Amino acid sequence: MYRYDEYDQAIVDARVAEFREQVERRLKNEISEEAFKPLRLMNGLYLQLHAYMLRVAIPYGTLDSRQLRMLAHIARRYDRGYGHFTTRQNIQYNWMKLEEMPDLLADLASVEMHAFQTSGNCIRNISSDQFAAAAADEIADPRPYAELLRQWSTLHPEFSFLPRKFKIAVTGSKIDRAAIKLHDIGLELVQNEAGEIGLKVLVGGGMGRTPMLAHVIREWLPVADYLSYMEAILRVYNRHGRRDNIYKARIKILVNDLGAAEFARQVEEEWALVKPLGLDPPPSELARIAAHFAPPVLDANAPVAIDLSNAEFANWVTVNTHPHKAPGYAIVTISLKAPGEIPGDASADQMDIIADLAQRYAGDEIRVTHAQNLVLPYVRRADLFDIWQVLKAAGLATANLDRASDIISCPGLDYCTLANARSIPIAQKLAVKLAPQEADLGELKIKVSGCINGCGHHHAGHIGILGVDRKGEENYQLLLGGSGAEDATLAKILGPGFDENGIVTAVEKVIDRYKTLRAGPAERFLDTYRRVGAEPFKEAVYG
Amino acid sequence: MPRLLTGNRLETGDVLWWAGSDWSLHLKDAVAVDDDGEALLARLLPEERINDLTLIDVDATPDGWRPRSTRERVRAVGPSVRPDFALPSLPVEAI
Amino acid sequence: MAEVYRLRTDPEHTAPAVPLTDYQPGGTAVQLEPDEDARLLVPHLGALKRIDISFPKFREGRGYSSARILREAGFTGEIRAVGVLYVDQLSFLVRAGFDAVLPETPIDPAVAERTLTRFPFVYMKATDGLQPVWALREQASA
Ligand code: HEM
Ligand code: SF4
Repeated sequence: MYRYDEYDQAIVDARVAEFREQVERRLKNEISEEAFKPLRLMNGLYLQLHAYMLRVAIPYGTLDSRQLRMLAHIARRYDRGYGHFTTRQNIQYNWMKLEEMPDLLADLASVEMHAFQTSGNCIRNISSDQFAAAAADEIADPRPYAELLRQWSTLHPEFSFLPRKFKIAVTGSKIDRAAIKLHDIGLELVQNEAGEIGLKVLVGGGMGRTPMLAHVIREWLPVADYLSYMEAILRVYNRHGRRDNIYKARIKILVNDLGAAEFARQVEEEWALVKPLGLDPPPSELARIAAHFAPPVLDANAPVAIDLSNAEFANWVTVNTHPHKAPGYAIVTISLKAPGEIPGDASADQMDIIADLAQRYAGDEIRVTHAQNLVLPYVRRADLFDIWQVLKAAGLATANLDRASDIISCPGLDYCTLANARSIPIAQKLAVKLAPQEADLGELKIKVSGCINGCGHHHAGHIGILGVDRKGEENYQLLLGGSGAEDATLAKILGPGFDENGIVTAVEKVIDRYKTLRAGPAERFLDTYRRVGAEPFKEAVYG
Repeated sequence: MPRLLTGNRLETGDVLWWAGSDWSLHLKDAVAVDDDGEALLARLLPEERINDLTLIDVDATPDGWRPRSTRERVRAVGPSVRPDFALPSLPVEAI
Repeated sequence: MAEVYRLRTDPEHTAPAVPLTDYQPGGTAVQLEPDEDARLLVPHLGALKRIDISFPKFREGRGYSSARILREAGFTGEIRAVGVLYVDQLSFLVRAGFDAVLPETPIDPAVAERTLTRFPFVYMKATDGLQPVWALREQASA
């Protein structure tokens, strides 16, 4: 875990003091809402349907127990006892009061957390692989690179008024758990024949109303100067990205208009100019940061074999744990998707329970996943049963990871001012309907957004659902065939939309047809769809 | 068609409804502003105390005001998925 | 327009800024629009005493790159930000290379002073010569 030094702490504390003063000026009417709104947005504070909403940054989705307990405290003290984990590994609180914000941010700062740049046209929270440092398939821990990016992008004088928001994801594995092809910049750690680590650079991915997959603009970037290369990308974007139309302002549009090769050429040209300016920290800085992320001391004799005689427990182990680098260890995913509950929501009490488990059994670390679940990254297999029992008592032992009821959903019209339709109730209904047969269905990723902005990743869903407004009524479009993983594809709309009950029936029809079409129990819905195309599903739904 | 004036309180973000001489947290207290809406807006906007001031269309029903848009019904009641927080002006099912 | 807020101590160069399209070699003040390439001015930096950069909208951010490019090219004259700008943006502007602001709404000097001294450290190099924290850390551990 990264720990702040005096410099990091001083910067975060100064930010709290700055916002305290800005709020005071606004409350005294010394500044207008027009001037204040961008300031509160830069501190993650939106005005939503019912109240203010605060988005707190969870850099690369990593927390320790003290921080998770603070998030629970904030839920109790300033909100209504819960928070919502998001697809960008952050947490949102829905019932915030402007006048309480300065105290809240001071509480966060006391555990080395903040809400810097969680909104606005700037470089947002850097996201990463939730299994970092634990996954058996990893080349190297991506988080030191993400932390250096966090520092570099914090209050960047040139890149705080970009044409549009800017999202960066970093991963250290070929298995993409961070959706790097759907980010403005995706970075993948790669290794050359000499065993050196470099970065593969992808640019121009994104969702929203014009979803696009990112292009590789550099196969190998030396880690020693990746920050100056980022400066070059951001400068080309800041100068040439479109500003006449906010729907065309993301970097993906620029990359697409110029072509990836020409964009790459301009970046190289700019890089040649900025690299000599000494913008890159010495390797010792990356090494200093990396030392913080050293995994906890693991038990070299941890037993691999465990008692799986309890069938319910055994099923949870199969579905919700992943292979670990270290023998005798496992990575546990705690599902925040009990069927019928609100995807990604966790109560303050649940957060406290998970914090206790992390401290006691998991090297004091918790990760947030882009699928809105939580992870305990370093668990002795021998402790799994104890953990499972605690989770079960707290309603947190749902064994549905990557299955039909593990649905991603944005807040939709229940909370969001931009929404066209509710998304949570759709996710709830589908989860309840599909849970009984999900074991048979295998991996199936359903993702729901309440409007075209696509915060619920519907474009990357094996089955995606998009809420739209049809003559004042909530209406839902069905998309099939998307993926946000290493085999990324964008889902395609199947046909005309449905009302709330209609969309649930339509998804059931798609799934019934899949069951008759699949080549065998191992063929996922996505593979079947890729093999047979949209037609049979169209016929099942509309025929 | 009747119109109501609504907004969110600067300090707390609370949803507010214009109730004739002051604001209320409850849709059921709202008083139609109809033709006076624009004048009221012109007076309240420069005060900079209420955010997202908007005039919305509602229907008068035997049970009280019913905003025409789902969005405004959600604002009047609260999130439909948290009936435990529902405000009393409209039943949650009415969203 | 309000008054110009200046961080320079030399006398103000008051010549009117001419649009880039009308600029003649030897001219001492020029106005750069957001979509104009700051690098076109590089051959003229010796003659120029003031470069005004426009911010017609709050969302406009290209001027930050323009200013930084001009400083990176060695320009030491005044770079003035002109347009829709608020006091809370001052530290970004200054770090990017501006040393004067002509905003639409007046800047309260007391707030400006606090804004400019707010952050005791910076994470990245810019044009103001401040050492980023990685350099301070390096020195502390050396
Ligand atoms: C509640 C207030 C929210 C607002 C106002 C909001 C607004 C937006 C907007 C306008 C976009 C489209 C950006 C574009 O295409 O240029 C967007 C995209 C996105 N948002 Fe949100 N969002 C909100 C909540 C969330 C939540 C809760 C999540 C996570 C569950 C989220 C994650 C994302 C993601 C992943 C994208 C698409 C990726 C991309 O930017 O390309 N947002 N959001
Ligand atoms: S997708 Fe639309 S409705 Fe959902 S959170 Fe994003 S902006 Fe709101």
